[in-house]
Amino acid sequence: MASRKNIKFKYYVSYLIVAVALILFTVLQLTGGLKRSTANLLAEIGYSVILAVSLNLVVGFLGELSLGHAGFMCIGAYLGTLFMKVFSGFIPSQLVCLIISMILGGLCAAFFGFIVGLPALRLKGDYLAIVTLAFGEIVRNLFKNLPWFGGAMGYTSKGYGSTLFIIAFVAILVMLFAVQNLVRSKHGRAITAIRDNEIAARATGINVTYYKLIVFVIAAFFAGVAGVIYANYTTPILYSFFSYNYSIEILVMVVLGSMGSITGSILAASFLTCVNFYLKTHLSGDMAALKYLVYALILMIVVIFGNAPALRSFREKYNPKVLFAKFFKKKPNPAAERNDAGSWDRIPTKIKMDELLTVDVKSNESVQDPDKGEK
Amino acid sequence: MSTLIDGLSLGSIYALIALGYTMVYGIAKMLNFAHGDIIMVGTYAILTTMALCGFPAVAIVMAVIVCTILGIVVEKVAYKPLRGASPLAVLITAIGVSYLLQSIAQLIYGAKPQPVTLINFGHVTFGSTTLNISTLVTLGVAAVIMAGLTVFIKKTKTGRAMLAVSEDRGAAELMGIPVNKVITLTFGIGSALAAAASVFYLLQIPATSPTVGSLPGIKAFTAAVIGGIGSIPGAMIGGILLGVIEKVCMSIPALNPYTTAIEFSLLIVILLVKPTGLLGKKRREKV
Repeated sequence: MASRKNIKFKYYVSYLIVAVALILFTVLQLTGGLKRSTANLLAEIGYSVILAVSLNLVVGFLGELSLGHAGFMCIGAYLGTLFMKVFSGFIPSQLVCLIISMILGGLCAAFFGFIVGLPALRLKGDYLAIVTLAFGEIVRNLFKNLPWFGGAMGYTSKGYGSTLFIIAFVAILVMLFAVQNLVRSKHGRAITAIRDNEIAARATGINVTYYKLIVFVIAAFFAGVAGVIYANYTTPILYSFFSYNYSIEILVMVVLGSMGSITGSILAASFLTCVNFYLKTHLSGDMAALKYLVYALILMIVVIFGNAPALRSFREKYNPKVLFAKFFKKKPNPAAERNDAGSWDRIPTKIKMDELLTVDVKSNESVQDPDKGEK
Repeated sequence: MSTLIDGLSLGSIYALIALGYTMVYGIAKMLNFAHGDIIMVGTYAILTTMALCGFPAVAIVMAVIVCTILGIVVEKVAYKPLRGASPLAVLITAIGVSYLLQSIAQLIYGAKPQPVTLINFGHVTFGSTTLNISTLVTLGVAAVIMAGLTVFIKKTKTGRAMLAVSEDRGAAELMGIPVNKVITLTFGIGSALAAAASVFYLLQIPATSPTVGSLPGIKAFTAAVIGGIGSIPGAMIGGILLGVIEKVCMSIPALNPYTTAIEFSLLIVILLVKPTGLLGKKRREKV
């Protein structure tokens, strides 16, 4: 039962972080102890976290690279603002109006996620990445030129005010509930199976097409919701914000927070948004490039150290989990490790399919270390 | 008519960039996102050399040298450690390299576009149409480079080694082909092509900025995918097709603002109809 308790805590830790932050800052806001700039920062954190977690669903769990996340956000932002304008005519409460437009904006983005997901039926890897990138650019190009969205001058939205972050944080909680339950469910395991070995997953009867599409749609929905929040945070909405650079920025959050870890995405998104917020006021002109320099280095270092075949033994030696276990002089319990059915944030493949399937082809040596065997 | 020639000339620039993408993809099986930014480095190399000595020929040679060395260094530092890792990891690293180059360029030269005058060829008039000589030069030289590259790959030993590696890396290694050297060489050639593209780019648009390579880079990649990635004639056809479409769209006032959207939609449509591109080979999945 000890392991079960452990899982429970892991399961709730991300809710806990968000809920504590929500309550703390709401109380501060109501008592007037929150500065305007802090409320702004919190709103930025709100939509960044939603974007990072939803992208993590595609990159970390499905294992496909999407470079068009800002495009979905763009749809949510523009159409959400349009809905806000329409509904504010006959719904007096701004809150209700915002919630309705968040849902509708998300649904519109999800519809486009479905459309982009359709090529995913036939493409994967690099091709899919380039299609999503192309999609993001198409969306941006359309919203820039369509006559009823303000064009290059931007689309003016009303702005919700300083309590926006409370709604954003509640939206995060709702999203966490949806995403974590999805990931922990049978469907989630099917999705991670596709990531680990698509052919093997297909062979076991998993409907790869269906799951890929559903992940795209869900991720797009939440990106759209984040877009609506963004639209209520800043005015006017500029098409240039949703460039491919912003998609990469979200990707940096996901990579820094470790692909496939939801808590990691939340923390990394909050951290990077704080850094961004600080740099925005302190770096001016060409020094702003320093931000991207740091992003580039984060991407490269984290990915190379995390994935290079030559560094595998190093990684296993200095794995934080192993070090942690050593620190407490607690031997890792093999029984507990095998029972990972309930671990929600990182579902390891229990059987290394690649190795299993190459047994009769390669020599024994290469089974133990397939990368060395190839050389 | 002049639109068509402009399109051909832009298309040959795209084709040159797409050749770099397609060669690297065919041999290293990775999408070199930083390829567009190597073009940007090439334009800055020309800018700096022109400011220092003023001879266009020296500047062009300098750009080729700088780009080739840069391409090889990037391959050694960033991509080689990840050989054998998941494609996703390689792709993300390539994006990181692209950002690194852009931000370094911005820190050194600033974000503002800077004018670069390489060579001013002037115009010729045929009847009613006026043509830039630089357009014709671009077309001619690009055709020569592509023909040379095709001959190199088909006829020389090194070129055939590259073909072999792209077809089956493991088998090529067993036949005694130094696979790592071939991959490094491919990056070198790809980057030299990027340098050539930067020269032609400056002939058409005589200005540079740190982000100058990113959009042409993405479009050239689109061209490579349309033509069938990994296929050299495919990259040429795709590049020229895309260049002509871009210029034709831009010349029609109603379509002009939507040029980017049309080009990328073309990519999506082609991938949906024929996922391997126009001339791409179908590759069977193996467990």
